[in-house]
This record gives sequence, C-alpha cells and structure tokens, in this order.
Amino acid sequence: MPDVVPAAGNVAPAFERARSEGRSALVGYLPAGFPTADGAVDAIHAMIDAGVDVVEVGLPYSDPVMDGPTVQRAAEIALDRGTKTRDVLATVAAVAGRSVPVLVMTYWNPVERYGVERFARDLADAGGAGLITPDLPPDDAGDWLAASDQHGLDRVFLVSPSSTDARIDIVAAACRGFLYATAVMGVTGARGAPSAAAPVLVQRVRARTDLPVAVGLGVSDGAQAATVAGFADAVIVGSALVRRLLDADTVASGVAAVGRLADELAAGVRSAGEGSADRSGTPPARSAVVQA
Amino acid sequence: MTGAVTAAVDGIEPDPAGPDAALPDDFGHFGRYGGRFVPEALVPALDQLAEVFQTARRDPAFLAELDHLRRTYAGRPTALTDARRLTAETGGARLLLKREDLNHTGSHKINNVLGQALLAVRMGKQRVIAETGAGQHGVATATACALMGLDCVVYMGEEDTQRQALNVARMDLLGAEVIPVRTGSRTLKDAINEALRDWVANVDDTHYLLGTAAGPHPFPLMVREFQRIVGVEARQQVLDLTGRLPDAVCACVGGGSNAIGIFHPFVPDAGVRLYGYEAGGDGVSTGRHASSISGGAPGVLHGTRSYLLQDEDGQTVASHSISAGLDYPGVGPEHAYLHDTGRATYEPVTDAEAMTAFRALARTEGIVPAIESAHAIAGAQRLARELGPDATILINLSGRGDKDVATAIAYFDLDTGA
Ligand SMILES: Cc1ncc(COP(=O)(O)O)c(C=O)c1O
Repeated sequence: MPDVVPAAGNVAPAFERARSEGRSALVGYLPAGFPTADGAVDAIHAMIDAGVDVVEVGLPYSDPVMDGPTVQRAAEIALDRGTKTRDVLATVAAVAGRSVPVLVMTYWNPVERYGVERFARDLADAGGAGLITPDLPPDDAGDWLAASDQHGLDRVFLVSPSSTDARIDIVAAACRGFLYATAVMGVTGARGAPSAAAPVLVQRVRARTDLPVAVGLGVSDGAQAATVAGFADAVIVGSALVRRLLDADTVASGVAAVGRLADELAAGVRSAGEGSADRSGTPPARSAVVQA
Repeated sequence: MTGAVTAAVDGIEPDPAGPDAALPDDFGHFGRYGGRFVPEALVPALDQLAEVFQTARRDPAFLAELDHLRRTYAGRPTALTDARRLTAETGGARLLLKREDLNHTGSHKINNVLGQALLAVRMGKQRVIAETGAGQHGVATATACALMGLDCVVYMGEEDTQRQALNVARMDLLGAEVIPVRTGSRTLKDAINEALRDWVANVDDTHYLLGTAAGPHPFPLMVREFQRIVGVEARQQVLDLTGRLPDAVCACVGGGSNAIGIFHPFVPDAGVRLYGYEAGGDGVSTGRHASSISGGAPGVLHGTRSYLLQDEDGQTVASHSISAGLDYPGVGPEHAYLHDTGRATYEPVTDAEAMTAFRALARTEGIVPAIESAHAIAGAQRLARELGPDATILINLSGRGDKDVATAIAYFDLDTGA
C-alpha cells in the first residue's frame, strides 16, 4: 500500500530537471489561506507558471518563532480568516499535479494535533510531496520518520550556520528530498544582501552528504537569487513573495505581482548557471539524484 | 537551622539516589513529555548550555559561588512561617508558608536567575535576554545582570507592561531595556516568541535566561535544579517544626518553576500529596482561564511537549488570568508527567477565589502575597477543610504582592461597587 518513494525523494525529478538545464532549482513559499483561500491558490499557480520548480505551502500557525514580521502577518490574516488544517490540505490538492512537487512547511504542533499518521496519509492523498519542519529537529521526529516512510513523503529538516558537523550528519541522515540550509542566523524576512555565511555552510554540508542543499532566508530579488544559485542546488524564496501579496490593493494585483517576482527569480537562477558559479570558484551544481 | 538547610547548594548537586536520577533522560524527556522542538539554529546553544550546566553543578567553585550569592545577596534560607491566624480563619489543616516572598526582588524567580546568570558568565555570553509576564522574572534578571555587569533585554507583552507598570519602572532603574511585544495576545506567550526570535539571531553572544521550568531541554531540568532549594529547605524546616513531613505541599503553577522547586524533594515521599493550582480565570468552563493541565491537552509549544491550551487544529488559544505571572497557555513538561502518573494533582483556582485569599492572607498574617501565590493559598484553604485539623499543609508563598496593589485596588473597588 505505501507509495513507491524514489530513494532521492519525490522532489528528485524537479531537482534533476533543473540540473539537466545546468542551473539551480527555485523553491517558492506562500502560506495557505492568505490573502484568501482562493487567492493563495491563484498566487501559487502564478509562481508555478513563472517557472518555480518546487512549491512550499505554509501552514499558518499562531506562534511562528522562526518567522519575521512579514510571514507572521500573513499567518495572522490567514488564521483570522478561519484557515484550518484541512484547508491547507485542500490548498495542496488544488495546486498539486502540475509536475511541480508541493511540500508543506509547518510548525510541529498542528501536525501532532491532527495526528502524525493521519496528516501524512491525508497529505499523500492530496498529492503532497512531503513536509518541511522548522521546529522539529530529527531527534524528536520518530513518529514523523515512520509516517513519512509509510506514506512515501519527503522530509526536509534544517541546518544553520551554527550547526556542528555532528548535527549536520544527524540532520542529513534524517532528510529525504533535500536539506534546507538557513543562510543567516535569524528569522525569515527579506534582507538587503545574501549572507556570507551561506556559501560556507553549503560547502560544509556538501562535504558530508550527497543530498541537494537548498538555501533560504533573505533572498528577495533576481540578483540575489542568481548569487545564491551560484553556490546552492536550490534557492528558496518566501517573505519577498508574501510581501507582494501584503502590499497589493487587491488579491488580483497581488497575484500578478507574485507572478512578476517569480519571473524575475526564475530568470535569476537561470542567469547564474555558467557565470557566477564559475567566477566564485565554488563547486558546480551536482547531480540532485544521488541516492539511487 | 539544621545542616540540610545551611548547605544551601543542596539544591543542584546531582544525587544519584534522588528523584532526579532518572528524569529527564539525556534528551530532556519526562516520559512522553519534554524534548526539544526548536529551530536547528538553537540546538548547538542548548547542547552547550546543557554541558556547561552539568559541569557547573559538579564544580565546587560554582556551587560555592552560588551558595554565597544565595546567602549574602538573595537572603536565603527563607523563613517558614506558621500561619496560625490564617489556619484558624480557614478551619482545618495547619498551614505553613514557605516565604519565597522574602527573597531579594520579591519572589522565587531570583533562585533560577542567579544560577543561570552565573552560567552566562561561564559561557562568556555578555548579553542576556528574558521574557517576563508579571515582571518578577524580568526584575530578577535585570537585577542579576546589574550585579554581574551583563547587558539585559527583557521582552514583555504590551498588556503586561500596563498591568505591571511598577515592574517596568524597576527594570528600567536596573539598567535593563524593556521591549513591549505587540504581537498576538500581547502577553507572556508572545514575549517568549519574541525572545526566541532574538535568540535565534544572536545566539553567539546571547544567553536566553528562561524564567520557568518549561521550554526546550535543558531548561526544565536546569530551572528545576536551581529552584529545588525551596523544597530542600522547606522539607527540613517542616521536619524541625513539626517532627514529621507535611501531608500535602501546595504551589501555584504558571510555567511551573516555583511548584517544581518545592515539589521535587518530596516526590519520593509517598505519603506527601502534591497539589498544583493553575489559574482558573473566570472558570475553566467559561474558556477564559490559564489551566493548561485541567483545561488543555498535550501538544508542543515553545520548544517542549506538554499540556497546553489549543484548539482542534493545534493553534494556541489565548489564556486569561488576573495574574500576569500565571497567564500562560502552557506548563512545564515535568508537571505533565507528574499529572499523568498521578503523583501530583492539578486543579484550577479562579480569579475570584485567588483574590479572596489574597485579602485573607493580608488581614490574617500581615502578608500581602503576589496574586500568583494567592492561587496557592486559595487552593490550600480548600484542601485544608478537606484534610481536617490533624493535617499539615506546606504552601509555597512564591512572591510578594507590592506589584499587584494597583490590580487589587481596581478589583476590590469593582467588587464592592465603590
Ligand atoms: C510570584 C510568582 N509566583 C509564581 C509565578 C509563576 O511562575 P512559575 O509557575 O514558574 O513559578 C510568577 C511568575 O511571574 C511569580 O511572579
């Protein structure tokens, strides 16, 4: 009954496609239920149309300690509108099936409350690819490791610039799909310049695992996406996309603005392919499918 | 005072035969509770803290320094008061008060703060951040930072800065920066969120001095060990006074630090019943309360698995209490464990019951308690009538009520229609 999980995860084909085009993948984050349930679906479709390779659907949570003001505000609005866990799963179902894998990014308690096994089953049924869990280190993730195996889901854990080599090993051993490297010490939010800590962290991770490494936190425009694409297997963008929806007068204009930013970001990761990676002397993008 | 009381460091030396020998495990689990649910960025800092704490509690130099501060700065050991007039007015068991209100800065919070501030110095962390609800933990932290020359930032929900304005001024005088938190419910829960966000960004040079026995491992263990001195002293003081152990030990429960501090040395004493009183607000049935165990369900909040107030989707539900220090939708994981195993009993005490006890203690004993502590008094009075005059009840009077006078004026004026 368990689906057949590719050893390298449900996201592997998306990473492989990017790699075959000689570029890094682009991962776009938007929360479900914001600015409205349908608006979130439209905005996610707009970023897929623009060329995002992987989608992260955020599950709005009351106490998002890893998030800065932008994502906090979006979560507050989504929750005030009555967004429920089942609505998040419905959002996944509405955007899955376009050959772009859809992961859910969630704090742990809503999953635990829903039931870890039940959540895994319903996420798989909705066509979801897996979970990113920012406040669940692998050490306390036993139930989720079992449920994700049973239902064929990817599981993405995070490392940060403060992680020791021993922690990187623990996290890498638990991940399936890719590994999420937080580029800066801090919460989510667009920043003026990508951090200097990020390339160092990516190098350290690559020395210890063959998993693709995605870099997030702080990327806000095409130029920054190109820079990060120069040293990482994937570039994750969240707050900057959310900001477009927050600043828009109407849902439709917000969705259009998300599409334009996603266009710019997609061009950014494509412009980095040969240029910046070679210039910076960092390792070229490697095969994403490494565990076959 | 006997030997056990004079050896004030008894509170944190590891005791292989003691109740802390098995719990928590190396990953901070108390049965299914506890653990670490935090961003990976914080894991190295928590590992470092656990290691530094485990080394320090075996280091005679650290223990001597802590002991010295407890005696010459905080005012330990604190007294045990035989509350004769309160006992008579209540009618029932003999009520004994462990006087944590007599500590420097006015509550038990200083016990934990002195220990953790010494650890911050050991780790070479010059900046200390803290959350506070009633302001007692913030004041204690600001005090220790002034004493040790550390920079101090205190996060406090905006609503709490208004109900505890006196403590905001005290922190300012002590040189701390108080940052009002305007997100969410604007109370303690949100102050902890902001402190965690600050810590993730500044973990290299910053220690998060968490004020209660909750949060990710090693905080529940460490805070318990720094607060255990309350129970260690009180157990001996009750023996000295009455010749036997008390029948019950009572404490209020916010995050659970004063309660675990006084409970813990009694856990192996099977004949001693342990009672934790949670803030019942308007009554648990109204939904406006802060009784995480009596009115909540297991889940994960602020880095630990324990009981919490949450809706059917696992979103945190705002808590309500007249007492800012108990106005928190979670509780430390060891209390969840003691509840599930039946070793301790947790019951709600409403705002009205607490305020009645608040005034009763002032008028019978000349002690104005913190409203937090008044919850323990009210619960103990209920229990005293149940247990009858042959029983003895030990109550942790966790703090004094100077900070609450404005709340009391407003409350009793409303109450009497004056
Ligand atoms: C006097 C007093 N008692 C009790 C508490 C509740 O905290 P805990 O449950 O950690 O003892 C507080 C918190 O501010 C307090 O100030």
